[in-house]
Amino acid sequence: MTFFLQLVVTGLAQGMVYALIAIGFVIILKCSEVFNIAQGHFVLIGGYLGYTFLVTFGLPVWAALGMAIATAIVMGLIIERLILRPLLGEPVLAVIMATIALATILGGLATLLWGGEYRPYHGLLPIISLKIGAVSLPSESLIGLIVSVICVALLMLLFRYTKIGLAMRATAEDLQVVQSLGIRATTVYAVSWIIACVVAVIGGILLGGVSGAHIELANIGIKTFAVVLLGGVNSIGGAIVAGIILGMLENVAAGYLDPLLPGGGLAQVFPFIVMIIVLIFRPYGLFGLARIERI
Amino acid sequence: MGLDSGTFHENYAQDMAIFPTRLHWGSLFVFLIILFSCPLFASDRILTLLTMMGIAVISVHGLNILTGFCDQISIGHAGFMAVGGYTSAILSAKLGVPFWAALPCSALAAGIVGLLFGLPSLKIKGFYLIMATIAAHFIIIWTIIQLRGITGGPDGLAVPSPAIGGLRLSSKTNYFYLVMIIACFATLVAKNIVRTRAGRAFIAIRDNDLAAEVMGISLWTYKLQAFFIGCVYAGVAGALLIHYFSFASTDQFPFFDSVWYLGMLIVGGMGSTTGAIFGAVALRLLDELVTMVGPVLSAAVAPQAAASLALMSHGVIIIIFLIFEPRGLYHRWEMIKSYFRLWPFSHQE
Repeated sequence: MTFFLQLVVTGLAQGMVYALIAIGFVIILKCSEVFNIAQGHFVLIGGYLGYTFLVTFGLPVWAALGMAIATAIVMGLIIERLILRPLLGEPVLAVIMATIALATILGGLATLLWGGEYRPYHGLLPIISLKIGAVSLPSESLIGLIVSVICVALLMLLFRYTKIGLAMRATAEDLQVVQSLGIRATTVYAVSWIIACVVAVIGGILLGGVSGAHIELANIGIKTFAVVLLGGVNSIGGAIVAGIILGMLENVAAGYLDPLLPGGGLAQVFPFIVMIIVLIFRPYGLFGLARIERI
Repeated sequence: MGLDSGTFHENYAQDMAIFPTRLHWGSLFVFLIILFSCPLFASDRILTLLTMMGIAVISVHGLNILTGFCDQISIGHAGFMAVGGYTSAILSAKLGVPFWAALPCSALAAGIVGLLFGLPSLKIKGFYLIMATIAAHFIIIWTIIQLRGITGGPDGLAVPSPAIGGLRLSSKTNYFYLVMIIACFATLVAKNIVRTRAGRAFIAIRDNDLAAEVMGISLWTYKLQAFFIGCVYAGVAGALLIHYFSFASTDQFPFFDSVWYLGMLIVGGMGSTTGAIFGAVALRLLDELVTMVGPVLSAAVAPQAAASLALMSHGVIIIIFLIFEPRGLYHRWEMIKSYFRLWPFSHQE
């Protein structure tokens, strides 16, 4: 029983990481119908930015966070203006290939600037550790949980009550209507990329503060697509629920099935198996909107 | 496609011909003669590069039929290549099957696995299909590593060097000829597949799948056919890759190769057989350039610059093509040709 609980709790930690990456993905998708493959790489850059500002420059935590967010805003603006805007209205393959190319460019940038190496910066963020019975609750999951919940609450307020949030939802619904109402769609797109970058960078710094920044953060990004699909591609709440479900399932499955398999490593491939199953049986996910096609 | 002035087509056969004039036939023969005499004057390094280009061309032809003509986007092509490569490797290393028999088997195996992962395409498209094929890549590679008993798992599998009859193909020259003959044949088949009933059905599905279905084109049949054909090409390319190195390892089929094959298609021009060749050649040349410049840059800037350059150059090239020349090199080539054909009275569209 302890083994099972420990697996579930570790899975929770993993799930929160998934959820953090997935939120940014869903925001961009909701506003601009762009599937951003590079979301994991935003998190990677965030992790390394945290290292640069906290360790290399030696800034206090609040200043480092501010600097990182400022960098994220600039990054979001540049990416939207240079890469995504020229591709407005292009077919889905072109846009996806552009974000994959963006992912490799960011990966290359991380390799160039930080050597792609493991860069730990422990102790700069508060490490909370809980022990319930024999099960220890890792601080990743707690910090991840808190930040994800705050992010989601803020985003829900944004989407429900602010003018720009409403404009973003409307843009996702119907571009022509929005333009005829005098809303600048390009501004909406820029804001959505900025928000996605900021969320990712905050997530990256938190993850880096707990487990160090390393190039593997980007690989988690690919697995996150399973989370996004399971939750429904346009549901922020769904991203979190699916993240937790998948993180737990992955760990429990790996914990019990890996000893039975000769090669092990089920956790590496489990999200993809879930992905295929979801795609075959419920392509719009748990909380997503079913798309009906008309001629 | 424009023709020189004074060339007229008088019947359907002339109109449908791939090489409509003597000039086309002549330039084809000149190209083939130069290509097949390469081993006489080219160095080993260039021969290796050309062989790799040939393998990439075969693979991209398959992806072109699947993605360029049928619009079933696949980012799992390297995974399907791995299926073909490992089938051939296991057959020849463990069962002693001769190379000429192992090659068709690997094509068939890759095709069948392609059918399996093509099944979701009947329900989903666009982004969701991309996700399914990404998942296919990772599941295939994981399965290969799991089946340690027959595939050697992470250690890889040594493969005997191929031979057809008494002719050993281990030398670079012989292998170059093998790959080039298969690549030429693959090009011929690819060019003709899209002129058949199936090919026209693929194009109809690409342009509007609902309309195609209403017209009586069975999506079930033709989407799966496209997956099968595309993966057969991948299987052949994978088998050739494995035999070239005489060693099978999952490292030969990294995830980003799946992405770069799609990149080759974009750089070359989607939905054009010639474009597939252009793209494969162009990105392989870029690879070669990066391996040449990389060490210099590493010495000058930082030790990790070479690895970084390899990643960034591909990404930048693909974005540049997507933004400035989404129809690829093939379109550019056609424009250059029409410029000279119309000169001096050219007016560019």
